Amino acid sequence: MRLAIASGKGGTGKTTLAVNLAIKAKEKQSCLLVDLDVEEPNGGIFVQGDLVAEHEARRAIPDWDAAACTLCGKCPSWCLYNALIKLGDTILVMPNLCHSCYACSEMCPASALAMKPDSLGTITHRRFEGLDFVESRLEIGLEQASPLISQSLAYIDEHLEKHDLQILDSPPGTACAMVSAVKQADFVILISEPTPFGLHDLKLAVQTVRELGIPFGAVINRDGIGNDEIYGYLKEEKIPLLAKIPHQRRIAELYSQGAMLYKEIAEIDEALEDILSYIGRLR
Amino acid sequence: MKEIVIISGKGGTGKTSFCAALAQHLQDDLVVADCDVDAADLHLIFEPHNSLATDFYSGVLAHIDPLRCIDCGICAEKCRFDAISNASGQYTVDAVDCEGCGYCYHLCPENAISLKEQMVGQYMSSETRFECTLVHARLGIGADNSGKLVAKVKAIAKDTAKDQGKSYLIVDGSPGIGCPVIASLSGADYVIMVTEASQSGVSDLRRIWELVKMFQIPGALIINKADINPTVTKQLHSFAKKEKILLLPEISYSDDFPKAISMGQSILETNPARWQPVISEIWKAIKERI
Amino acid sequence: MKIAFTATGEGWDALIDPRFGRTDYILIYDEEKDELVSIDNREIMDVAHGAGPKTAQKIHELDPQVLITGNGPGGNAASILKQMQLKIYIKASGMSVRDAYRSFKNNELILGG
Repeated sequence: MRLAIASGKGGTGKTTLAVNLAIKAKEKQSCLLVDLDVEEPNGGIFVQGDLVAEHEARRAIPDWDAAACTLCGKCPSWCLYNALIKLGDTILVMPNLCHSCYACSEMCPASALAMKPDSLGTITHRRFEGLDFVESRLEIGLEQASPLISQSLAYIDEHLEKHDLQILDSPPGTACAMVSAVKQADFVILISEPTPFGLHDLKLAVQTVRELGIPFGAVINRDGIGNDEIYGYLKEEKIPLLAKIPHQRRIAELYSQGAMLYKEIAEIDEALEDILSYIGRLR
Repeated sequence: MKEIVIISGKGGTGKTSFCAALAQHLQDDLVVADCDVDAADLHLIFEPHNSLATDFYSGVLAHIDPLRCIDCGICAEKCRFDAISNASGQYTVDAVDCEGCGYCYHLCPENAISLKEQMVGQYMSSETRFECTLVHARLGIGADNSGKLVAKVKAIAKDTAKDQGKSYLIVDGSPGIGCPVIASLSGADYVIMVTEASQSGVSDLRRIWELVKMFQIPGALIINKADINPTVTKQLHSFAKKEKILLLPEISYSDDFPKAISMGQSILETNPARWQPVISEIWKAIKERI
Repeated sequence: MKIAFTATGEGWDALIDPRFGRTDYILIYDEEKDELVSIDNREIMDVAHGAGPKTAQKIHELDPQVLITGNGPGGNAASILKQMQLKIYIKASGMSVRDAYRSFKNNELILGG
C-alpha cells in the first residue's frame, strides 16, 4: 500500500502528519516513510536513526569538449532551457538549467557534447526504531525536483519493496514535483485547514488528484480555528474526511521542538487511529 | 518608488498575513504584487474585482500531426521523458510528461512535430477592497511558476505604482530557491524574511539568506511565533547578528493569525488594538532603512 | 575603455535597472569614441528560465571592461561573468546612467561580485 500525503500549500502540517503516522503505524505493521519534499526535506528533524545506506542520485549533463568543438553555435539555439551559452570561443554548460534531454549531445555534429553523470541529490536510507526512513534531498541550487522524485521512487521499488505500508511526504503545491510524487500512489491524503486559504488550496489539490485518477481523502488540521465551510465542501464533493486534528498552541510548541505529537496529545493519537483504520479497510 | 520583497523559505510562517497587514497599514500609498503564484492566497483577503486578465504562455509542448506522421518511432525512442507512445496505434505526446525540450521537433524526418506555446495560466491586475491595486496570477494544474511569470507580475505592478504615483511596491515573494524567487528578489530595494521559531524555520532561513546575500539586497527578519521555542529564537537572533540582518520586532504566537485568515481579514481588522502598534513599529524600523 | 550599464531606457538620462538578467536595456559607453549605444534587451521577458546567462552572453559579445548595475547578478550570471575580465559595480539603482558614470569616475561606486 503506497500512501501519499499532500497539500495544496506549505505549512499545513503535512510533514508532521506523515512522520507521526509512520511512527504510529510501525507499531503494528512494517512501514516505510519517504520524504519527497526534496527542496526542503524536514522529516529528518523528527526522525534520525541509524544510517543504512546512502545513494547519490545522478543525472546526465553535457560535457563540452573544447578540442572537438567547431564552434558552429547551434547547440545554444537548440537548448530551450538556456543551459548552453556560447561565450566567444567557449561553450558554457549551466548544470542547474539543464533538463537532461540529450538533444545537444546527440545532435552535435562534432560530437563535442558527450553526456557525463552529475549529482542530482542524495537518497538516504535510515532505520529508526524499526521504521525505514528514506530522505531525498535535492542538490542546492538545482530545480529538477521531479527527476529526483522519480529516482527515489525507483530506488525504494528496487531496495525496499516489502513493507505493508509506504508513506510518501510529497512536495507542497500542485506543480510538477507534487504530481511526480503522488502519481503512483494507491491513495492520497490531502491535508488542509478550515480557513478560506485552506479551502482554496484544497480545491486545487483535489482537482489535481482527480485529474490523475487516484482515490483520496482529506484530513483537516487545526480544527477549530476557522469556520465550517471546508466540511461543507467535503460533504458536497463526497470526499471522505479521515480525521480532524484540533488546534492547540501546545501542538505548535511540541512541533518546534521536533517532538512526536501523538505520544503527548490524545486527540492526535485518536486521529491517527482513525486514519490507519480507514487505510486498513482499503486493502 | 521603493520595492520591498517579503519572502519565507517554508510555508505557514505567516508571510501572507504579514503582507496583508503591511498593505493595510500603508493605506493607499502602494501597489501589491502576489508572486507566490503556487499558493496565491492574498486575493482571499484583498477580494479583487474589476480585474484585467491576460493569458500567460510559457514553455512549449510537442504536438504530432497524425497526417504527416509515418510511424517511424524515432521520437518515442529518443524522448528521455517517455512522453511519446503509440498505445492508441498513433504516436501521441503525453502533455503531463512532455518537458518541452524540443528534441523530437528536430529529429522528426517528416517535420510532423510542432512545438506549441503553452497557455499555462493568467495574470491580472485588480482593484481591491483595500485602496491599492493587486497584481496576481493563476496557474493551471501541473504548471510550474517561472521567473518569466514573476517578472511579468512585478513589471506590471511596478508600472502601475509609477502611473499611480505610489511610494511602495510590496511583493509577496515566491518560495524556494529557484528561478521564481530569483526573479522575485531581482530589482528589490529591501527584503523582509519571515520565519517561525522552529527547527525547520531555522534551516529554511539559512537557505534563503544565501540567495539574498548573492543579490546584496539589505534584509530584515521577522520571527513569528517567537515565544513557542525560546531556544530556537535565540539561535535565530545570533544568526541575524552574525549576518548583519536587521531584527524586526518579534511576533508572538497568536490565534489572531488563523482567525483573521478564516474571516478573510488582515490581522489589523481582526484585532486592531493588538496589532496596530506592532505593525507600526515594524514599519517604522523598515522605513528608517529605505 | 568600454563601460556597460543595465538600464530601464535609452540614453544618458535613463535610470539604472537594478535587475541584471532581466534588465530592459544594456547601454554601452565607449570612452575613446565618446559614444553611448543602447541595446534593447526586452525580448528577455519571454525567457522563462535562464535570463541571467542570456544577458551575460550579450554583455560578453559587447566586450566591456566595466559593468554598472543594481543588485548583484544571480548565481548563473555571476558564474559566467566571472569568466570575463570584468569589473562589476553594484548598488547604482535609482541613479541616471549619467550620474552612475560620474560616480564611477569619482570612485564612489561599490565593487561587487
